[in-house]
Amino acid sequence: MSVSHLVPFLAVLPLGMAFLFVGLAHVRGGQRVVPGLAVLTVAANLVLATALIGVEVGPIFVGGWGAGKTLGIQLNCDGLAKFMAVTINLVALVSIVFALAYMRRFTKVWLFHALFLLMTGAMNGLVLAGDLFNMFVFLEIAAIASYALVGFGCEAEELEAAFKYLILGTVGSAFVLVGIGILYAMTGHLNMGMVAATLAKVGTTGPAVLLAAAALLGGLALKAAMVPFHAWLPDAHPSAPAPISAMLSGVLIKASGVYALARVVFNVLGPNAPLATVLMALGALSMVIGVFLAVGQWDFKRLLAYHSVSQMGYVVLALGAAADVLAVGGNRTVAGLCLFGGLFHLFNHAAFKSLLFLSSGALEQQVGTRWLKEMGGLARRMPVTSFCCRVGALSIAGVPPFNGFFSKLIIIVGLAMAGHPVLAALAALVALMTLVSFVKVQRYALEGEPAGDGAATAREAPLLMGVAMAVLAVICIGGGLAMVPLGAHLLDPAREVLLDGAQALKEVLP
Amino acid sequence: MGITIYVLTFALLLIGIYAVVAKKNVVKIIVGVLVIDYAVNLFLVLVGYRTGGGAPILAEGQPVTEFARTAVDPLPQAMVLTSIVIGLGITALMVAMAIRLWENYRTFDMNEIRRLRG
Amino acid sequence: MKHAGMTSIVQNTTRLVAGFIAVFAVYIALTGHLSPGGGFAGGVILAAAAALVLLAFGGRRTQAVLSEGTCHVVDAAGALGFVAIALGGLGAGVFFANFLPLGELHRFASGGTIALANLAILVKVGAGLVGVLLALAVYGTARYVAAERARGESPDPFLEI
Repeated sequence: MSVSHLVPFLAVLPLGMAFLFVGLAHVRGGQRVVPGLAVLTVAANLVLATALIGVEVGPIFVGGWGAGKTLGIQLNCDGLAKFMAVTINLVALVSIVFALAYMRRFTKVWLFHALFLLMTGAMNGLVLAGDLFNMFVFLEIAAIASYALVGFGCEAEELEAAFKYLILGTVGSAFVLVGIGILYAMTGHLNMGMVAATLAKVGTTGPAVLLAAAALLGGLALKAAMVPFHAWLPDAHPSAPAPISAMLSGVLIKASGVYALARVVFNVLGPNAPLATVLMALGALSMVIGVFLAVGQWDFKRLLAYHSVSQMGYVVLALGAAADVLAVGGNRTVAGLCLFGGLFHLFNHAAFKSLLFLSSGALEQQVGTRWLKEMGGLARRMPVTSFCCRVGALSIAGVPPFNGFFSKLIIIVGLAMAGHPVLAALAALVALMTLVSFVKVQRYALEGEPAGDGAATAREAPLLMGVAMAVLAVICIGGGLAMVPLGAHLLDPAREVLLDGAQALKEVLP
Repeated sequence: MGITIYVLTFALLLIGIYAVVAKKNVVKIIVGVLVIDYAVNLFLVLVGYRTGGGAPILAEGQPVTEFARTAVDPLPQAMVLTSIVIGLGITALMVAMAIRLWENYRTFDMNEIRRLRG
Repeated sequence: MKHAGMTSIVQNTTRLVAGFIAVFAVYIALTGHLSPGGGFAGGVILAAAAALVLLAFGGRRTQAVLSEGTCHVVDAAGALGFVAIALGGLGAGVFFANFLPLGELHRFASGGTIALANLAILVKVGAGLVGVLLALAVYGTARYVAAERARGESPDPFLEI
């Protein structure tokens, strides 16, 4: 039995453990082993995802239905799926270690861990799914777990945010399902590779395909919190407990939003001009409006949430530019550069935004407030947290040699080479605005004199929280320097899948 | 039949969206989400329907070729069943949250449930 | 209050009928590979039986017999059973592959692992739905009544189940 037989465990192990926790919670002494088991599960998943790098795994036909059948679930463990799986499980492991210390003040910790593993397992299933409907099902499982986790504290504001998020998320999912239904009606298939092959025969610019594309793009853009579908994110992400904020901003909007968008646009519908224009418009709008909304915020976590909108704009803009180049049969190298920048920024954003949310959680717990104006002088009182927070801020602001600098540089160069100098200049300007916004955070939270009792008496965060933040800080510092090996093993295979467009999944054809 | 039923399904979808967007009562919003769910499920069933088709269950003694000619497409029905299950989970969560919202705010009016600033 | 729940006519009818509904649910689930139905439909019917008991006897008496914790444990057992069936398939080559003899078409012993999977889903969906009903009915109203009392108001007596 080789490692490729174990691929389904990426999704099934966390899901199974989540249900085991529900049972364990009602057994004497069971609740005490739940946190340890949760960490072990996520760690095992990360090991499995890492072991899959470089291993050639063909399409896996669950249930043994075989190639060419319309029926049957198929898993797709290609470069893009492996890249996403590594990112998801890395952030999940760090977040759950952080949660060991952070969740002590909550009741029903077993429920938190069960929902956490449900979300992680569903995200792994989402990136592995080889057919559109399973992608939708896993998207919904991850979303339902995240609705419950946003409202986990059951405070008034948290419930309000969770309810808004739930309503908007459900409407978005309904549109995704409508899009999938139209594609099935046209092609008679659900498997992504077979849908792509059939669409290539009947043409991808008919009115029905455009309707399906509009429904899918609208629904998935809502999941990715692209402007103008971003209204739920600044409420939902700050309301969740800090490890969940890190998971939501760090990986959930990427897996259920950006990844699904990329998969549908590139590998199912095939890159074409109208789709590329929509993606670029969404990306550019989110990038600019997100950062302008972020600059005026005084709530630390809300500020970070608006920056998530802005940074996801970078990724979608890069994907759109690549699709634009591929649509007209342009230079594959230029499209590849845009995709490399976009995927690298996705990975980097997972690292530094999780780090920032975790450090904001540590500050909130020790100081007792999220308002920047009530903090101050924390660099002396909480040196480890402050150092990690600074590393994250420098990374998101794109200061060399941190990882954010390299990915933003590649995106800007890629945009310029793809013939969009205005968008490239806009991206550079947004990077500057991001820097300004994080200088404000440094100035008010970490420097100066304490502005309140909480800040004056704050103590350093517990050890486990510090360890979790330090790991992400090392990735932020090392990510830029390790770009070449990272690119060769993780990003290039992922980029190739997107570059192949509608041809990428043809292995599943009979 | 024909196009009419698709138009009606689309109208149902629009009614649901109207309820979610325009109504300010938590319960009415929940009902709106349910209507959207039903509209989408109805659409999926219509996708698999063929005029005069039978249930996709192979009767004893029925030739497989005849079954394949007359049965409706079972795959959308499986999709709808899954979608209904998801809808059930979401409904339970929505109702539970509505109860908790009432406890915290003492109202179902979304205009008053507004402590989060823009 | 002298008695919780509805009148004795409803309660006695429920005593008679609830068992039959539960057996019907198991039948629907176990013949899911032959006729319309299956694990989910069976589970919903099972939950309908529980809903009937809940309405007739009230939340507290139902909860004394069937607590939310029991529902959690049974629900988890159903889910883990389903995972076990999938893992059994891994022994036969791929995940979810059939590892039982396929049997003869149109007989009860056909469909391989499908009947087992339906049984697991029946347990999972039934327990899960009953848990949801209990949580919404008992906790929702109990907390509401307590909150109203705390505010010095007299809540609707119908809610005191």
